[in-house]
Amino acid sequence: MLLEVPLAAGVAAIGAGVAALAAGLGIGRIGGSALESIARQPEAVNDIRSNMILAAALVEGAAFFAMVVALLVVLAK
Amino acid sequence: MSNKINIFSVKNFCFSLFVAVLTLLPAKTFAYEPIEEENNHDEVIDTVSAAKHAEGNSTAFNAGEMIIEHIGDSHQWHLWGDHGHAVHIPLPVILWTDKGLEIFSSSKVEHHEDIYEGTHYKYMLHNEHIEVVDNFGNVDEEATAKIKDFSITKNALTIIVSALIMLLIFIKVAKSYKRREGMAPKGLQSFMEPLILFIRDDVAKTSIGEKKYERYMPYLLTAFFFIFFNNLMGLIPIFPFGANLTGNISVCLVLAGITLVVTLISGNGHYWRHIFAMPGVPIPVLIILTPIELIGVVLRPFVLMIRLFANITAGHIIALAFFSLIFIFGEKSTGAGYGVSVVSIAFTVFMGFLELLVAFLQAYVFTLLSAIYIGAAVEEGHHEHEHHVEKGHEATHVIA
Repeated sequence: MLLEVPLAAGVAAIGAGVAALAAGLGIGRIGGSALESIARQPEAVNDIRSNMILAAALVEGAAFFAMVVALLVVLAK
Repeated sequence: MSNKINIFSVKNFCFSLFVAVLTLLPAKTFAYEPIEEENNHDEVIDTVSAAKHAEGNSTAFNAGEMIIEHIGDSHQWHLWGDHGHAVHIPLPVILWTDKGLEIFSSSKVEHHEDIYEGTHYKYMLHNEHIEVVDNFGNVDEEATAKIKDFSITKNALTIIVSALIMLLIFIKVAKSYKRREGMAPKGLQSFMEPLILFIRDDVAKTSIGEKKYERYMPYLLTAFFFIFFNNLMGLIPIFPFGANLTGNISVCLVLAGITLVVTLISGNGHYWRHIFAMPGVPIPVLIILTPIELIGVVLRPFVLMIRLFANITAGHIIALAFFSLIFIFGEKSTGAGYGVSVVSIAFTVFMGFLELLVAFLQAYVFTLLSAIYIGAAVEEGHHEHEHHVEKGHEATHVIA
C-alpha cells in the first residue's frame, strides 16, 4: 500500500534525495574545512564559525530550492 | 559540572518516557478483546454512516492530507478531534465584496455543506477559500473573483499575538533601561541584552560597517526578533501558538520584500555602478554580466524567502510525519502503533531540540544576509584589492 505511489511522486522523491545528497556533501566540506582552519588557528574561531554558518545557509538554500520543487511536483494535481 | 547534570537529567527523562511507554504496551495487549469489540462497534457505526454518506470510509488516515492541513493557513483554529467531531475556535471572516463589507464568524461555514446567508451574497467555505454560492451550493465564479478576503485567519491571529508579546517584552525592557540607566541589566532586560548586542556587534557592525550601521539597526532587530519569536511560537503546539507562520510563503515574501526595498533605497552610486556597468570589465562581457547582476538583485531576497519558508515548513513536516507514522502503523495493528510511538516520540523530542537551534539559526541567517545585502549597497569603493573580494562575494550570492 505504501509503495503504490504515482510516478511523478517517485521521481520527485529521487530528486529530493539527490538534493539532500549534494547538500550533505557541500555542508560536510564546509564543516570539515572549518574544523581544519579552527585547528590551525584556534583564535579565529568566531570569524570562522559565522562564515561557516553563512556558507552552510547558502548551500542549504540551494537544497531547499530542490525540496520545494519536489514538493510542488507531489502537491500539484 | 552543570553540563553533566543536564545531560544526565535529559537521559533520565528519555529513559522514564521509554519505561512509561513500555509499561503501557502490555496493558494494551491484555485489553485486546475489548478493543476488538470496540472495533466491531465502530464498524456498526460505520455502516450506518456509510448509508448516510455515499463515501463512508472517513476513518482511513491520510498522512499527506493531515500534514498539509496543519502547515497551511485556516479560517478556524483546530484544537483536537478529526473531521466529523473536531473542536475548533472560530475566527472572524472579513470580506470586502463589490457590494460592501461583510463580517461573520467562520463557525457559520465550518462544516462541509454549510451555506451562510450574508447581507450581500451566500457563502461557502471550500478548501479554505470563501466562495460565493447560490441556494444549492453551486459556485458563482464571477462573484467569487470579486471578493477580497481580509479574514483574521490562524496566521493573522498569530501575527497579532506575537506582536502583542513582543510589545509587552520590549516596552518592559525599554522602561528598565530608562529607569536603571548606567546600571547592570536585571531580569528580562539581562535576557534580551545579549541578543540585541549580538545583532549589533556581530551582524550589523561587521556587515554594514561602523559608520552606517545605526540607521539599519531598527529594521535588523525587528526582523530578527519577529522571525525568532514566531519560530519559537511555532514549536509550541497548544492554542495561541503552533501556527506555521514563518513557514508561510506570503509572510516570508513580505519579510524578504522589505529587505529588498531597504537595499534598493539605501543603494549608493557605487552599488548601482557595479550592477549596471562593473568597472574594469570590457563591454562585450558587460552584455552578459549586467543582466546577471540585475537578476541577482531580485534573486537574493528570493532565496532569502525560500530559505526561511522551507526550513521552518520542513521542521513542521518532520514533526507531523513522525506522528503520522504512529497512525499509519496503528491502522495495521494497535500493538504496532504503540510500538512505533516509542521511536516516534523519541525522534520528535530529538528533532524538537534541533528545531530550537534552527529557530535561532534561521532568524540569525535572515538578519545576517539582510545586513550583508544592505552593507553591499552602502559600501564606498576604495581600491583595487577590495574589488576582487567583492566580486567573489557577489559570485557566491548569485550561485546561491
